[in-house]
Amino acid sequence: MNDRQIIRPEEVLAEYYPPLTDHEAVVEANRCLYCYDAPCTHACPTHIDIPKFIKKIATENVVGSARTILEANLMGATCARVCPVQELCEGACVLNAEEKPIMIGRLQRYATDYVYSRGIDVFKAGPPTGKKVAVIGAGPAGLTCAGELAKLGHSVTVFEKRELPGGLSTYGIIVLREPVEVALAEVEMVKRLGVEVKTGMELGANLSFEQIRREYDAVFLSVGLGAVPALGIPGEEHIVDGLSYIEASKMNPQGLEVGRNVAVIGAGNTAIDCATVAKRLGAERVTMVYRRTDAEMTAYPHEYEFAKKEGIEFRFLTQPVRVIVEGGKVTGLECVRMELGAPDASGRPAPRPVPGSEFVLPADQVVKAIGQEKPALAQMLGLQTEKGYIKVNDDFETSLSGVYAGGDCVRAKGSASTVMAVEDGKLAAFAIHRKLVPLRAAADD
Amino acid sequence: MADLRINFAGIRSPNPFWLASAPPTNSGAQIHKAFEYGWGGAVWKTIGAPVLNVSNRYGAWHYGGQKMLAINNVELISDRPLEVNLREIRDVKRHWPDRAVIVSAMVESTPEAWRDIVLKIEDTGADGIELNYGCPHGMSERGMGSAVGQVPEYCEQITRWVMDVAKIPVIVKLTPNITNIVYPARAAVNAGANALSLINTINSIVAVDLDTLEITPNIGGKGGHGGYAGPAVKPIALNMLSALGTDEVVRRSGLPISGMGGISTWKDAAEFLLLGASSLQVCTAVMHYGYRIIEDLCDGLSNWMDSKGFKSVDEVVGKSLHRISDFKDFDLAFRAVARIDPDKCIKCNLCYVACNDTAHQCIDLVDANGNLVQPYSYDVRSNGKLEAVGSRPQPVVREEDCVGCRLCHNVCPVEGCIEMVEVPSGRASVTWDQLTKARPEVGSDWEAMERYRKEVGIDIH
Repeated sequence: MNDRQIIRPEEVLAEYYPPLTDHEAVVEANRCLYCYDAPCTHACPTHIDIPKFIKKIATENVVGSARTILEANLMGATCARVCPVQELCEGACVLNAEEKPIMIGRLQRYATDYVYSRGIDVFKAGPPTGKKVAVIGAGPAGLTCAGELAKLGHSVTVFEKRELPGGLSTYGIIVLREPVEVALAEVEMVKRLGVEVKTGMELGANLSFEQIRREYDAVFLSVGLGAVPALGIPGEEHIVDGLSYIEASKMNPQGLEVGRNVAVIGAGNTAIDCATVAKRLGAERVTMVYRRTDAEMTAYPHEYEFAKKEGIEFRFLTQPVRVIVEGGKVTGLECVRMELGAPDASGRPAPRPVPGSEFVLPADQVVKAIGQEKPALAQMLGLQTEKGYIKVNDDFETSLSGVYAGGDCVRAKGSASTVMAVEDGKLAAFAIHRKLVPLRAAADD
Repeated sequence: MADLRINFAGIRSPNPFWLASAPPTNSGAQIHKAFEYGWGGAVWKTIGAPVLNVSNRYGAWHYGGQKMLAINNVELISDRPLEVNLREIRDVKRHWPDRAVIVSAMVESTPEAWRDIVLKIEDTGADGIELNYGCPHGMSERGMGSAVGQVPEYCEQITRWVMDVAKIPVIVKLTPNITNIVYPARAAVNAGANALSLINTINSIVAVDLDTLEITPNIGGKGGHGGYAGPAVKPIALNMLSALGTDEVVRRSGLPISGMGGISTWKDAAEFLLLGASSLQVCTAVMHYGYRIIEDLCDGLSNWMDSKGFKSVDEVVGKSLHRISDFKDFDLAFRAVARIDPDKCIKCNLCYVACNDTAHQCIDLVDANGNLVQPYSYDVRSNGKLEAVGSRPQPVVREEDCVGCRLCHNVCPVEGCIEMVEVPSGRASVTWDQLTKARPEVGSDWEAMERYRKEVGIDIH
């Protein structure tokens, strides 16, 4: 393990893309055609007016550019880094047909970094309405909802069970994509709008839901999802939780135990992030184990390509059945070969084991990243659910009047992502505002 | 291979490209180098009256990430001693007998001063003289340059003084800083000049510094108008060139015209030739990229001439001039409409917004089922590239309403996507001149105009 000592996490896990220089940004911004009713804007879940913010970079009105971004997406600095732009704005760019799409994500990062690095606030709190809103969970959905409500003049308190706010932006996205400081800068921006953020406060532990409902005019639940579910195989207690693995790589990378031969179970974006961390922190061999094929994997195509370039190996049509432990140490992952059958409930071909095809994949560390449990809070608070997620109406209101929810915890449809959470938070804030300050009352002011 | 050689008022050069009188022709060493690269000729940076220059003398206009669409300068004529220039001119001409070496001159407005400079230039063996009546800054404040070019009588007088003594061809270089370029050109013709050249630089202030509020470029806290040149001035130069080519007096005189003003590529060069220039001068493009651009200027021009079957430069000169026309002689029955090729269209909607906001409102957005849709009408809950691209409507021209203004063609970023297609108007050919001669009331009375429109079937929505 001596070779491990020369790996410096702050170097190998540092943000992957360098910032654009002023020159690069202006050249790229000038390449943008400035489409009218642009498809990139349609493709963005928060519908940022992308041609407008890019044109403002071209005219060197970078503060105006950042404001254009943040008006539509308060977590614009995070989204600039973590959005699957190939599937969203950049994937819809008309220049895909001509040459190559505009680097929208990196231009968005250029503009938002510009204001954060200079301490420029582009918004201020609205005139006080006298209304109080509680937000449970300080991830992207909660922070966006809180910030938008503060802009509208409401008094907002965010309760966060973790030590640091930011949710998955802080804890769950590898530094390679988003440094912790970026997520925390967004938290500070929201705080400067007058939002109070109380950490270490957990609903059902040291925070009473009934009391919250009594003391606040509205509640927004943005609690995310639960832990990585159990596989239900022998030796599971020796498997490392993928989200904890990523969290450790951000909070205490020196203390993260990384095997020499790591098996990662799952083939989503989090699984790829786990594999990337393992590889970069010195694992000689990292193998991703997935029971279906590359056609069904939930990781984005660009993430898959990235992983292959990192030297990560893939074992498709392979299902783990047992962790092999010898003398208290993991020595391998026993797997069985799979084949694809008829489509299952998800519409994807159902994998089934090939009898007698068991084999052992040598591994001294096994990490699992196979999604997250549905929000347990729904049951606890007695909220109606949809496929296990909190059920909301078009206004993001739950079955309890005045209680709203958004983000991953309501994601019954579509794929969970930061940008979708931001849009939920924004739209929920507007709905809460409409409820707390009806139009006529606003007009009377 | 097309023959690029020219004989311009008796001045011969192996190709039509001369370096214009400007910083690139400031010294013998520079011109030796330029000729090694293949330039056909050089007009020596203006020699004459003693001057002193200032720093920050070149400004530039950049746009959309493109550097130096135009340059602006307050540099004066040569600040090197006259004797040094004359010695180097002699040396260059002796080394390059096949190249055109023309010397630009500007002295105070006395017959003695002009006679003296003409004799000194002729003594070097130079092939010709260009009279600088165009410099718009500094020299004009001393009664020279454009101060001469702007007054046809001065032009004529000074040209006469020169023609009285000159034995080599004399080119009169005109300033564009004048209402009608034809008048000083006619003055030069009257005075017996051998050739004309245009355009010199245009009065300009290039920018104001938004940090310091100083003029750009800043000359010790001050700034002022300089001479504007480069790609941005080409259309102005082409217009002035064609104004001379279509002027009866200038045309009859048969004087050749050396064209300049924004020539950067062989394409620009071909356009100047087609509108009547028979030698070409280049400055800004060289100041941007160096002498090496001569290779593509010649190569591109030659290849284009080959592709068009032109064997010599003479065959190209003035070929498009007969098409220059006044508005009153345009055919009012000519009709073209825009047509968008849906296979090439990338759906940027720049044509749609240009047409609907600023032109004639005849482009619609049509969805896959043929229904008209309004911009920004998608459901805000939809997102992702598949929905955005899949539901994107196609801009379509309503040809019956299209006036053929050509704005959409101009803004379209895709080559060959929006074409202007000639369609029958169903009307007999008639020009405004013919129409108003036959029915004068149509040009003076709206009711008569309406009657005429109804008669011939012109409907303006």
